[in-house]
Amino acid sequence: MINMKRRTFLKGSVAVGAVSAAMGAGLLTPRVVLAAWPSNAFKATTVDAALDALAGSHAMTRSDKVQIDAPDLGENSAVVPVKVFSQLDDIESISILVEKNASPLTASFILGPGVEGFINTRIKMGKTSNVIAVVKAGGKLYSAQKEVKITIGGCGG
Amino acid sequence: MSTIKIRAKAGDKVTKVSALIEHPMETGMRKDKKTGKKIPAHFIQEVVCELNGTVVLTALWGPAVSKRPFLQFKLHGAKKGDIIKLSWVDNKGEKDSAEKAIA
Repeated sequence: MINMKRRTFLKGSVAVGAVSAAMGAGLLTPRVVLAAWPSNAFKATTVDAALDALAGSHAMTRSDKVQIDAPDLGENSAVVPVKVFSQLDDIESISILVEKNASPLTASFILGPGVEGFINTRIKMGKTSNVIAVVKAGGKLYSAQKEVKITIGGCGG
Repeated sequence: MSTIKIRAKAGDKVTKVSALIEHPMETGMRKDKKTGKKIPAHFIQEVVCELNGTVVLTALWGPAVSKRPFLQFKLHGAKKGDIIKLSWVDNKGEKDSAEKAIA
């Protein structure tokens, strides 16, 4: 039941934020305003299922207008720096997925007005995997990926 | 003490915003070595960044974002003195926010 309360609370706080944001900007689309934490997408165990739950589709196009920058070797699997760049127009969101994590979806960033196609953050990885950047622009999904090697208990060897 | 550190610096074209949040980001999969019991999940789910009161970025996070999460993004149309506000909410309903004028 505690969980139910939290859900209600979250919905409530998002709604209040949405009203003030809409008044302040008048620019945001309803999709941006009504964003709530998509628990199904974060619980999904495959990349396709996570994207279906998050974006309604997992049909992605590889694009050279999406770049991902991550280390070849993740020396500390709990802190893997990831940067995503995109030169696409009308970017709605940038998501980061780790193919072989138990739940691939790691983070999704909804970009509002004036935000450049750039995100820099740090993620955790369970094992060697592709890290996939998915950019939603103009209603379509574009991706780029990079393999990051994780050496268990490793010292960077 | 706020859990949030913000750095916002206006450049020629874009303002670079960096934030560091003090949060354990527990996945719920880790075990306490002494008791053998799982440490309950405790992670930030949503981070909202505002520029002068307008939402510019919403981050939805799962437990696989690193402990002491770091976030950096770039903003057009912001100038020195504008206010960046960052707020987070975690899966336990805990929250915090902080503001910083762009330098």
